[in-house]
Amino acid sequence: MTTRITIDPVTRIEGHLRIDVEVENGHIAKSWASGQMWRGIEKIVLDRDPRDAWAIVQRICGVCTTVHAIASVRAVEEALELEVPLNAQYIRNMVLTAHTLHDHIVHFYQLSALDWVDVISATKANPAKAARFAESISGWEGNSAAVMADTQERLKTFVASGQLGIFTNGYWGHPAMKLSPEVNLMAVAHYLQALDAQRWANKIVGTLGSKTPHIQNLAVGGVSNPISTDSQSVLTLERLLEIKECIDKVGAFLHNCYFVDVAAIAASYPEWLSLGAGVNDFLSSPDLPTDTRNMQFMMPGGFVPGGDFASFRKISRFGDPYFTDGVAESIRHSWYTYKSSDGELKPWRGETTPAYTDFQDDGKYSWVKSPTFYGRPAQVGPIASVLAGVASGHQTTRLYVERLSDKIHALSGPKISPAALNSTVGRHAARVIRACVVYEDLQANWNLLMENIGKGDVATFNKPTFPKGEIAGVGQVEAPRGLLSHWVVIKDGRIANYQAVVPSTWLAAPKNDKGQPASYEVALLGTPVADPERPLEALRTIHSFDPCLACAVHLTDAEHRTVVEVRAL
Amino acid sequence: MTRAVVLGIGNMLMTDEGIGVHVVKALVQRYDFSAEVEVIDGGTTGMELLPELEGAGHLIVVDAILIGQPPASVVRLEGDQVPAFFKTKLSPHQVGLSDVLAALAFKSAAPGYVVLIGVQPVTLALGMELSPPVKARLDEVVDLVVAELAASGHPARLRA
Repeated sequence: MTTRITIDPVTRIEGHLRIDVEVENGHIAKSWASGQMWRGIEKIVLDRDPRDAWAIVQRICGVCTTVHAIASVRAVEEALELEVPLNAQYIRNMVLTAHTLHDHIVHFYQLSALDWVDVISATKANPAKAARFAESISGWEGNSAAVMADTQERLKTFVASGQLGIFTNGYWGHPAMKLSPEVNLMAVAHYLQALDAQRWANKIVGTLGSKTPHIQNLAVGGVSNPISTDSQSVLTLERLLEIKECIDKVGAFLHNCYFVDVAAIAASYPEWLSLGAGVNDFLSSPDLPTDTRNMQFMMPGGFVPGGDFASFRKISRFGDPYFTDGVAESIRHSWYTYKSSDGELKPWRGETTPAYTDFQDDGKYSWVKSPTFYGRPAQVGPIASVLAGVASGHQTTRLYVERLSDKIHALSGPKISPAALNSTVGRHAARVIRACVVYEDLQANWNLLMENIGKGDVATFNKPTFPKGEIAGVGQVEAPRGLLSHWVVIKDGRIANYQAVVPSTWLAAPKNDKGQPASYEVALLGTPVADPERPLEALRTIHSFDPCLACAVHLTDAEHRTVVEVRAL
Repeated sequence: MTRAVVLGIGNMLMTDEGIGVHVVKALVQRYDFSAEVEVIDGGTTGMELLPELEGAGHLIVVDAILIGQPPASVVRLEGDQVPAFFKTKLSPHQVGLSDVLAALAFKSAAPGYVVLIGVQPVTLALGMELSPPVKARLDEVVDLVVAELAASGHPARLRA
């Protein structure tokens, strides 16, 4: 018998993604990923001053404001071949890495841990036993018996008050939940502590960016943070020391809590290291530039076809033709039309003209376009960045891949190879590895900024001038969810075309014009579903990508209230 | 004195969806506030708002809401009505904001009192301007927020 399951919305935050699967004999045999909102944001910046675009496009998404802003200024700078002062690079790098740490912590604890952790079960735990277990795997200060007992009391009160709000999409008592009540309690304690850790990360973004959630400090040509060692109104030594304090607090949580918890989940759910593989070609961008011309980077990026490290090809700079020549978007299964044909268009020539039909299994079924790299879908995300790091011999990445594998093994789980990262739990593993790597980069950029200011360099901005005629640029960011690119065409100083190719587009795309599926659809195939009414397993796989369709497509929809709809075929 | 937070939420790129943000911008332009008042442009974010809302005595949310009223209607919900409102998912942003409020409740740090001032949108089309009927009610919503602040002991001063 075949059962059709529709899950809509999928995310606990921005619910704009719909997943349809057909289950045969307890396993997913067919899958469709559909963005349910129209994407037309790019049209709003047409004919505007390119220097203003970043402040507008950061409103594309409520979760990734910062990365859209950075991608936009980089696109205009690339078009102008404008150099960016070192201080501005370091400040942007700190904003980007702190934002990434914020995202990864919130994703793991607030948005996906509940796929693995049964909160209700934690109310039955023995707090002393939970603390003994937690203390045996990490020296984290938040693992004491007193903390566990306090957490359990709060949880009981919260459950009794009927305010399960944040947890309402959880599947309590589901047969796929396997942690003991004590491990569940430890996870709930860390869930609460993560709320504090994420605020330290966010404070770094806020201090450097003047404000969150929408940073104010960017400019085409640099940043608007004046640097001074004495004035109070600008980026002073005192503020930089405050930032250092936040960095250290985030680091303590990252290494003693997040890293260990991911290892514990991997050790407890080893079967999910071989389920949920997405597309096996991986694409990432280099990021964290350390020169003014965007030629040298702390974080490598490139293409790993077939997961084969020997075939790795590096993207060597922002605007590398190897990257820009490779990217195109097709719309055969998307609710758009192109003027010429339904083939592929390069983003600089991209069009955003809606052509809505109903949800057609074999026709158009999504507002998301299908991006390809040299004609094939690619998997983006922390996994792609980590694999590029391994392939290019990046020492810090290799170190943390090994450390995590050792930790999982120490907790009675399997040793993991980089190839195992292409799985549901593997993507969580890749995300924490990347968090550890960018954490080191955040510290390094703080040191570089201090050193550079110490040398007397306080420059933060190069003034852009726009030529007559047409120029084009790409802004690349290795964002928390993976490769983000903004593509701008500027004519006589005004924006003539603008396209954003966002990470969730690469992952959540419908099939492309050759019928090839993207990662969400691929990863779902073969996934077991024990109970069609409660398709927890499908959600585990989709959540592991850190889905955020708010920017892939965006609008509001109050009508979709059904979370799961099941029908027999 | 307890802290009061005015939080405007919405997407400024989708016409009336951005009413909350437009109101916040108008408030900051027209008024000065005491040090205990924070006026925040929350955009469409979620967890980033947690530190600002933590332990606030009074939270005033301004948002576009789909509540089945005629277009451009202004409504006020308070206290227990607000969580109930969020549970029925009428606002585009309820998921993000309700997550934050629930997380704060779990931490025993939820705002003492929550008021929601909502405007039923006329359109959610692409564009950075409000529709004329909603724009016509902007001043009224700004006044409502100022009255709300005054009632909670946080009078705002009109700029000269």
